[in-house]
Amino acid sequence: MPDPIPVRFTVNGEAVRVSVEARKTLADALREDLGLTGTHVGCEHGVCGACTVLVDGTAVRACLLFAVQLDGAEITTIEGLSPADGSLSPVQEAFRNCHGLQCGFCTPGFVVTVTALLAENPAPTDDELRHGLAGNLCRCTGYQGIVAAAREAAGPVATEPARA
Amino acid sequence: MKAAAFEYAAPASVDEAVAALAEHADDASVLAGGQSLVPLMALRLAAPAMIVDINRVVGLDTVRRENGHVYVGALVRHAALTTPGSAADDVPLLGLAAPLIGHFQIRNRGTVCGSLTHADAAAEWPLVATTLDAEVELRSRDGGARTVAARDFFAGPFTTARNPDELAVGVRFPVWRSDAGFGLAEFARRSGDFAIAGAACGIEVTDGRVSRCAIGLLGLAGVPLRAHGAEAALTGTAVDEVDAEEVGAGATADLTPPADIHASSRYRRRVGAAMVARAVATALREAGHA
Repeated sequence: MPDPIPVRFTVNGEAVRVSVEARKTLADALREDLGLTGTHVGCEHGVCGACTVLVDGTAVRACLLFAVQLDGAEITTIEGLSPADGSLSPVQEAFRNCHGLQCGFCTPGFVVTVTALLAENPAPTDDELRHGLAGNLCRCTGYQGIVAAAREAAGPVATEPARA
Repeated sequence: MKAAAFEYAAPASVDEAVAALAEHADDASVLAGGQSLVPLMALRLAAPAMIVDINRVVGLDTVRRENGHVYVGALVRHAALTTPGSAADDVPLLGLAAPLIGHFQIRNRGTVCGSLTHADAAAEWPLVATTLDAEVELRSRDGGARTVAARDFFAGPFTTARNPDELAVGVRFPVWRSDAGFGLAEFARRSGDFAIAGAACGIEVTDGRVSRCAIGLLGLAGVPLRAHGAEAALTGTAVDEVDAEEVGAGATADLTPPADIHASSRYRRRVGAAMVARAVATALREAGHA
């Protein structure tokens, strides 16, 4: 078995070191080596979106990155989205208000995804929101609650297009 | 599942990368975005003994205008081509194709050159490269640099002319006239899925007639195709006499596309014909506007 490789990166603002086998995904390193079990592992091959995290500010599948690739990167997980006082982030609050979850397995991925979507496009149309959510699978809600939560977090649809 | 164990190298230069490939050519894979490779490894459909991660190689993430081409380096992510305002604007098919690839989380990581070397006939970059006669630039330690035209690059399903010791360092997409029109249409069952079929088209109009055209086909064979017959028939035709649906039917008439659980061969051909018609109609509508 190849020797473990030391890797340094920051997670939710905190500098961490792990020593991992090259084949260990970022998702597994977060969960097993750092105890950050909010990042869920569903399909393990890039389809379900449950493991979505932010790497250097952009949303990615943590199951499609090997932890060794992340040396020097800045990672934000679901644990890093809520304010330090323990309250909910606006996106989390919207998911609660709109029943955007049932079993909760897919929820971390959806919350990170919506957070990234709104950072990039603060005034999305319904169509843009639905396309943005298309990379995350939910097996219980039927999606209407999730779409409603994303809409609430984004605010009402602009009456005029944001861009001409 | 978890990937099988592998040795890992993260070279900092192209020279180091091709040296690593030369030493492990028979059992090495290049890791760029990893959005196709890592799923294959997770499913144990691929189990390379050596991974050469090129993400630390300096200078491969550039999109730049060259003489008659837009050059896209091996680390340019799909997402870099979804926002206007870069050199990529000179090749409008890049901006039309990029937003159709997977989901935005995939586009943030996956690369243009990785998609080309993965060579899925239902993927957008092989389609665009084939439609525009793009050229893939390959480098190896022992063979130096060589350039392969798209028509020679795609050798079969998931198979290319790249030798195992070669690194695809970039791709050149030819720039057409600034008033050329382009269209790209595909049909997928869900947003982000691989399309059942699709087509891309570029058209230049001179004195009211089609003076240059290219039609590429996605998902209708084991490799991306060009509809050479339909292109020849369209060239020289007066713009207001073009029947896009007829072009679509002609472009796909002789094909026997692959069948799978999502589409029979016949259905896939009919979808392909409709996508050609849409792409041609869009390209014609856009042509003449610089």
